[in-house]
Amino acid sequence: MEFLNDLKDQVSTAYELLAAGWGVQLLWGIGWTLAVTVVSMLIGAILGSLVAAAKLSHRGGLKFIGESYTTVFRGEPELLIIYLFYYGGTQVLTGVARSTGSIGSTDILNMPSFLGGVLAVGIISGAYQAEVFRGSFLAIHRGELEAARAYGMSAWLRFRLVIMPQVLRLAVPGLGNVWQLTIKDSALISVTGVAELMLTANKAARSTHHSLLFYTLAGILYLVMTSVSTPIFEKAERYTSRSFTRPK
Amino acid sequence: MSANVAAASKAAPSSGETPAISVKDLRKCFGDHEVLKGISLEAHKGDVISILGSSGSGKSTLLRCINLLEIPDSGEVRVDGELIKMKQGRDGHQIPADTRQVERIRANLAMVFQSFNLWSHMTVLENLVAAPTHVLKRPRAECLEQAEALLKRVGIWERRNYYPPHMSGGQQQRAAIARALAMNPKVMLFDEPTSALDPELVGEVLRVMRSLAEEGRTMLVVTHEMGFARDVSSKVMFLHKGEVDSVGEPKEMFARPPTPQFKQFIANFNK
Repeated sequence: MEFLNDLKDQVSTAYELLAAGWGVQLLWGIGWTLAVTVVSMLIGAILGSLVAAAKLSHRGGLKFIGESYTTVFRGEPELLIIYLFYYGGTQVLTGVARSTGSIGSTDILNMPSFLGGVLAVGIISGAYQAEVFRGSFLAIHRGELEAARAYGMSAWLRFRLVIMPQVLRLAVPGLGNVWQLTIKDSALISVTGVAELMLTANKAARSTHHSLLFYTLAGILYLVMTSVSTPIFEKAERYTSRSFTRPK
Repeated sequence: MSANVAAASKAAPSSGETPAISVKDLRKCFGDHEVLKGISLEAHKGDVISILGSSGSGKSTLLRCINLLEIPDSGEVRVDGELIKMKQGRDGHQIPADTRQVERIRANLAMVFQSFNLWSHMTVLENLVAAPTHVLKRPRAECLEQAEALLKRVGIWERRNYYPPHMSGGQQQRAAIARALAMNPKVMLFDEPTSALDPELVGEVLRVMRSLAEEGRTMLVVTHEMGFARDVSSKVMFLHKGEVDSVGEPKEMFARPPTPQFKQFIANFNK
């Protein structure tokens, strides 16, 4: 009985705290988390396709650059990359600004936290997406690429009409995984001061001393975001692979 | 005798006419293995040339060198009199000098592959209009109209909105032939078009090919179908170990094989 009363108290405290403004803040946190993830995925998609192309290249130099990229950014801790971009970026920006006289010799030019964060997470996401794209390209039936050449298509047309649609189709399941990874990595950029879900939960936990409540809540919200994305990707997968499934 | 017939069949088109395809002294090595040892071939408008040979004789490589899916090591290829320009590559092998020229010439030489190679993410109709609209830059409406007509002709119009993986091999190959026709090609190249088909599906593809031959299309056909070579083609070329063993008028070639190698080759088929 006492346990139930205790729980009731907990729930009403939680309700009061959320109604007092933390609820709205957490919603904003979700918004920022999604924004960081989407922008990072886009940066990663551009970098990933370039890196995949480099890795598939016959030229030794390009291949080496591509291989190095995926080795480094999949092999280093994500947090280290984020610190490197945020604090390293700040140091570089400050150095440049001081030497050109745009700021005083003791001023500091900070790396914008959102920019630094999404660049870092995007670069990491790009390393994983590169592997997905590379695998998808290799799964395309060689004869279809040959037919594209035999029908006089230029390299660009072959890419646009045959390679890209098939790579995207084959990449959807892999991209679903990268999306989940990227949502989780976005929590790490709380260290740069972007008020995404992790940072907001942290702030709430510290200022209200209700750590258990806010971290559990944040955990549930992350789980909702990752699990809602699963059926969306499954639907996308069914759509893009429709040419391989029997028509009804 | 067969030499005379060959000469006669060559002389048949007006003597001043530029050959649709002219190949001179084509050579190609894969590593140490010389696959083509100086092959020459001429196809005039309306010729249907069956290229025969046992596996490894170089017949597919010959066809693939004509549209430069394989780059010949030396020799020249002319399409409608136009020489495909080559230059010395960095590794010493020759490479096409002008990619644009190669693409333009390829668009005139529609190829039909052994394994169909339809684009699997496009419907049959999309397969037929992709290259005409994007490579030949013809209006889409006109291409669609032609595509539907071609699909009716090869008998798979009702499958026009299917994706290739949902169709039988014979239907896919007929779609692939329609895709080739949609380019209004000067010459059609067939690379063993029936070899990947179940025996009961070979007939439907051969019927389409026969009707193309009858309407006077210029065709180079690498094949194992002796019946097609004998009854449909205007010329038979037999390759043996990378060289032209014999060329001639089909009925004559089959009735009186000019060389022991060709005799042996058809004997193996009749077993």
